[in-house]
Amino acid sequence: MKIGVLLKQVPATDTRIKINAGADGIESGGVKWEINPYDEHALEEALKLKDAKKAKEVVIISVGGKGNDQRIRDGLARGADRGVWVNDPALEGADSLTVARVLAAAAKAEGVELLLAGKQAVDGDNSQVPAMVAELLGWPGLLVISALEIDGGAFKATRDVGGGLRQVAQGQLPALMSADKALNTPRYASLPGIMKARRKPIAKKTAGDYGVQVAASMVSDSSWGLPPERPAGRVLQGEPADVVAELVNLLRTEAKVL
Amino acid sequence: MPGILVLADHDAGAFKSTALELVGKARELGGPVAALAIGTSSAEGLPADLVLTVDGPDFATFDSGPWLRALQAAVAKVQPEVVLATSSQATKDIMPRLAARLGIGLASEVVELALKDGQVVGRRPVYAGKALFDVTVSSSPALFTVRPNSFPQAAAGAAGGVEALDVVLEAADKAVSVVETLAPSSDVVDLTEANLIVSGGRAVKSVEGFDALIRPLAAALGATPGASRAAVDAGFCPHTEQVGQTGKVVNPSLYIACGISGAIQHLAGMRTSKVIVAINKDADAPIFQFATYGIVGDINTYCPMLTEQFKAL
Repeated sequence: MKIGVLLKQVPATDTRIKINAGADGIESGGVKWEINPYDEHALEEALKLKDAKKAKEVVIISVGGKGNDQRIRDGLARGADRGVWVNDPALEGADSLTVARVLAAAAKAEGVELLLAGKQAVDGDNSQVPAMVAELLGWPGLLVISALEIDGGAFKATRDVGGGLRQVAQGQLPALMSADKALNTPRYASLPGIMKARRKPIAKKTAGDYGVQVAASMVSDSSWGLPPERPAGRVLQGEPADVVAELVNLLRTEAKVL
Repeated sequence: MPGILVLADHDAGAFKSTALELVGKARELGGPVAALAIGTSSAEGLPADLVLTVDGPDFATFDSGPWLRALQAAVAKVQPEVVLATSSQATKDIMPRLAARLGIGLASEVVELALKDGQVVGRRPVYAGKALFDVTVSSSPALFTVRPNSFPQAAAGAAGGVEALDVVLEAADKAVSVVETLAPSSDVVDLTEANLIVSGGRAVKSVEGFDALIRPLAAALGATPGASRAAVDAGFCPHTEQVGQTGKVVNPSLYIACGISGAIQHLAGMRTSKVIVAINKDADAPIFQFATYGIVGDINTYCPMLTEQFKAL
């Protein structure tokens, strides 16, 4: 079985976001990029299946611009076999559905039977692409999974369905799964892994290579801004018993949240 | 005139506050308001002009295929210009799938929605709330998911009309079979919907510390327990309780941060809380810049005292 891992580069989570001069995006200068944290769990699950001889090949499929090959290389260093890098200026600012069309077409072209993705990318926080890719391929899509078993052509996965509930669900491959943090603990790249990764292939593609026409985005953003500053609070002082009584009183009478 | 279709969340037929939020917002935006309730035949208390219900064993609990088919059928019937759903794990599944199936656009997790020059404009946080932007969707219908607790609720009232919607499933809709549902370990409200949250950080020191300080305080308030990434990574509590950029983004009325220093990733996940209380030994902790009320002190002292006070309320 061949596994595809959908991987995206995002600004490191400790980035202090600044808005650019045109207020149409973030200031990208000085931003450190990393693999989307949830995608690391998707990759780890694929590598575990390969370690267990349930998969022959792990292919990273990624849409992204400058520097994205470094993220793919990072994934190869951890153990993936090859990369597919869709680097196409036409996809800059594309909506989720367009990106999903490219990824679905790439997955089809690669002939993967299992697609693993992170449950969301922590830049746009859309949580759209994995479900869209599953729909476009006509595959089952199990989102936010915390456990996965593959047995021949069958899968069994535990997914979060909200409200604290989880479902154990099963079906037949091909299928797409999106990973939650609880799924596994991602490995680091080893030194030999890093050396080996240098020789692993990364195929460069465009949307057109997959027959996807990039239309104008149906979802448009504007007027970027930072969240409003919170009004200054106050530190309560005094003996613990007095502080606690004052806090409870403030929560009831001033803040009115109790 | 085509209007707005609202996906109305309910709990065994009792409509949730989030359903009333969406109906209230849809009313404000104007046009007729239709609502879809999946997994119930009840329309009680939901003040939409038309409530479509889809009931039966295939729809009783969340199942992506049948629920998506029901939503698709409602869209085909109502022909709305806008579809609103509360952001939840279920809608993170079926709304993007609907968008892909119909070739239309979706804006996720807006916290504001308004009519500007005849167009519905949302505002949504990105980078876990470190930035926001206005968002418009050019397709018809335009799909939006809304973060819980974003809008005032409509007053409960009678539906204008109720209709059972006939939904015909296809074989592919049942490609995934649910073999078991695992109940939550506690009956508290999910973090993303919680109105009251008590979170613990590294300073709780251990699983025992979390169980002795944070959980009783949360229980005394009827609040949902949460945690910082540091506490989760140290194994004091499960991933599901993590608040922040790689955990849950929350929006409660009251957030009590106990022994949390306030890393940028954590602040991003809880900064929209209406009132933030911070208890921390370190007076210079970044969390105090965000706190409505701060207490510089030891959580081992303050958490038990607060627990007693809240119990007495």
